Amino acid sequence: MAIEPRQPPSQFVAKLQRVLGGRAGWSGFVVQILFVAVLAWICYEIVANARANLQAQRITAGFGFLANTAGFDVSQSLIPYSGSDSYTRVFFVGLLNTLLVSAIGIFFATLIGFFVALGRLSPNWLLSRISGGYVEGVRNLPLLFQILFWYLAVLAALPNPRQSISIFDSVFLSNRGLVMPKPIGTPGFEPFVFAVLIAIVATIALWRYSRRQLFQSGKVIKVWPYALGLLIGLPLLTALIFGAPVTFEIPALKGFNFAGGSRVIPEFVALTLALSTYTAAFIAEIVRAGILSVHKGQMEAGSSLGLQRGSVLRLIVIPQAMRVILPPLTNQYLNLTKNSSLAVAIGYPDLVSVFAGTTLSQTGQAIEIIGVTMGVYLLISLVTSAIMSFYGWRIGRSMG
Amino acid sequence: MKRVSLVLTLAVAAGLSAQTASAQTLKTVKDRGMLSCGVSQGLPGFSTPDDKGNWTGLDVDICRAVAAAIFNDATKIKFVPLSAKDRFTALQSGEIDVLSRNTTWTLSRDTSLGANFTGVTYYDGQGFLVKKSLKVNSALELNSASVCVQTGTTTEQNLADYFKGNNMKYEVIAFGTADETVKAYESGRCDVFTSDVSQLYAERLKLANPADHAVLPEVISKEPLGPMVRHGDDQWFDIVKWTLFAMVDAEELGVTQKNVDEMAKSDKPELKRAFGTDGNLGEQLGLTKDWVSRIVKSVGNYGESFDRNVGAGSKLGIARGLNNLWNKGGIQYAPPIR
Repeated sequence: MAIEPRQPPSQFVAKLQRVLGGRAGWSGFVVQILFVAVLAWICYEIVANARANLQAQRITAGFGFLANTAGFDVSQSLIPYSGSDSYTRVFFVGLLNTLLVSAIGIFFATLIGFFVALGRLSPNWLLSRISGGYVEGVRNLPLLFQILFWYLAVLAALPNPRQSISIFDSVFLSNRGLVMPKPIGTPGFEPFVFAVLIAIVATIALWRYSRRQLFQSGKVIKVWPYALGLLIGLPLLTALIFGAPVTFEIPALKGFNFAGGSRVIPEFVALTLALSTYTAAFIAEIVRAGILSVHKGQMEAGSSLGLQRGSVLRLIVIPQAMRVILPPLTNQYLNLTKNSSLAVAIGYPDLVSVFAGTTLSQTGQAIEIIGVTMGVYLLISLVTSAIMSFYGWRIGRSMG
Repeated sequence: MKRVSLVLTLAVAAGLSAQTASAQTLKTVKDRGMLSCGVSQGLPGFSTPDDKGNWTGLDVDICRAVAAAIFNDATKIKFVPLSAKDRFTALQSGEIDVLSRNTTWTLSRDTSLGANFTGVTYYDGQGFLVKKSLKVNSALELNSASVCVQTGTTTEQNLADYFKGNNMKYEVIAFGTADETVKAYESGRCDVFTSDVSQLYAERLKLANPADHAVLPEVISKEPLGPMVRHGDDQWFDIVKWTLFAMVDAEELGVTQKNVDEMAKSDKPELKRAFGTDGNLGEQLGLTKDWVSRIVKSVGNYGESFDRNVGAGSKLGIARGLNNLWNKGGIQYAPPIR
């Protein structure tokens, strides 16, 4: 008599129970289901109640306003925008301004933060004290105060446009911002960009090839002469064939302000400066902690191999420190993005200023607008976290 | 434990759904013993606190008059300073009973905010403040200028309309509060500060050297400013509406803070109706018979309040102009108390 193979007991119910909190038997399961149902019902009640009350007081609700004409202007916009565009466009103008100041702020904050951390750990007494002083000075002052300092004390002290500081009569610095010649594309622009891209791709390929050769057969190939030739020669060649890729529109004083050229508004500069220097102080401490968390034997081992201090840090210490640095660093990136909403104090047209500010007061639809704005910040934060987690996962994987 | 928390949750949810729009503002105010009044964060002439924390101004007087009519005590008020962009939310959510904060009456605000304007306390218009050193005499010479403006007002749209309509270019920088806006204007970030003309006069007083700045002659918009109340309580709407009317009618009838007691004894039929010696008009509003004399005793008539706060008797020194009574060349007009 053949023995029939028995099916293993179903894991599904056990798994489900574990997911739901691990109470034995079906009673636990029922409690959990009930809890979720009540939670859902409360959420529904809140929304329904808000909607009913809004309706009872005849307050306009819904998202119909997004298609209406905004009718106001914005001082900085990355996409074409005029007062006759819709509130939807205003939303994107504000969103892009927020993303711009956050991205540039994150870049500089990281850069300054790493250098200050390395400076603070440096054996050079003066450098380490200056870095320490920077950290303690900057991180202990309120951010809003620093934004106002840069805006009202530093940038506002610049001369008015008529007496602006000029460099070669083409770049002008005044209390209206930095005005620069604006490049305008000519027919030769596209081939030029194409040539630059090809040169970059070719250089990367060349570099990877040389590394493979180095690891596989120990052959050392000098890359930089070829790279230089590619990066300069190829675009130059296309410029010679197709003509200059761009011409410059030189700004000129006309009336109260400069006309023509492109301009960086002082609100943007003040906000970026304040956000990046402030966050850099925190990042510096995080990086310092990360580096100190790597056992000092690693440093000594690197030195004993004959590597210079910079190489030891770059090749041995920092890659190991990244595991410690990354999670709190992500927090700082999120903080910087959220702090950019202080922009409204100095009139930088970020999402909070133009959408949760002007748009809200013109339409009066607070619930919808605040909801959308919160959702956007949540989304930006989640995306940032996801990118950083991915980066962390890659580091973890590469170190085994 | 689990059962208790479940019951609690249910109770909270039930409470949420049972709550409906309250239509009993007068009763709420009386029970609280205090009127909650939304005002500006400090605008000389309209609503501004002194160094002892006492609020004064034309907008403040409206609230004081309402409090006087209800409690016979113009001090029973909690003032809630609000930024331009927070003001409507504060009214909608019930945090304040009256919004008296130099708010322009427009169609969209009247219809979509769940609130009503009760009247016009001040007929205003938008203008421009510039430095005299720029030698600008007309707003039409402002092509390419940088303009500072406070966000959350009707000002931004008027500005866009005006410059577009006159084919002029400009740069707008919008700030969250009036103080930040003025500071940026003073620091030279902008050539022009734009707002309601009354506000320009008020803010000019705060500048280091008021005489160096001038208000341009152009008025580019109509800005009728008035108090607001929530939808859904007609009695309360009537009370706030008729408080202003009473102040305007008092001026027309020649009733002032000084002579109010004398006038109350008058035999003139219109005065008798107003002072409640004949009929019960005040009680029809839900107030007392002597509501008009309560109002005038505490804040004076409309003209007195105007002069004291923004007019000839104040630092602002704004002429009555449009805000004069209809029979004296202005357009302030109130329906009769009868």
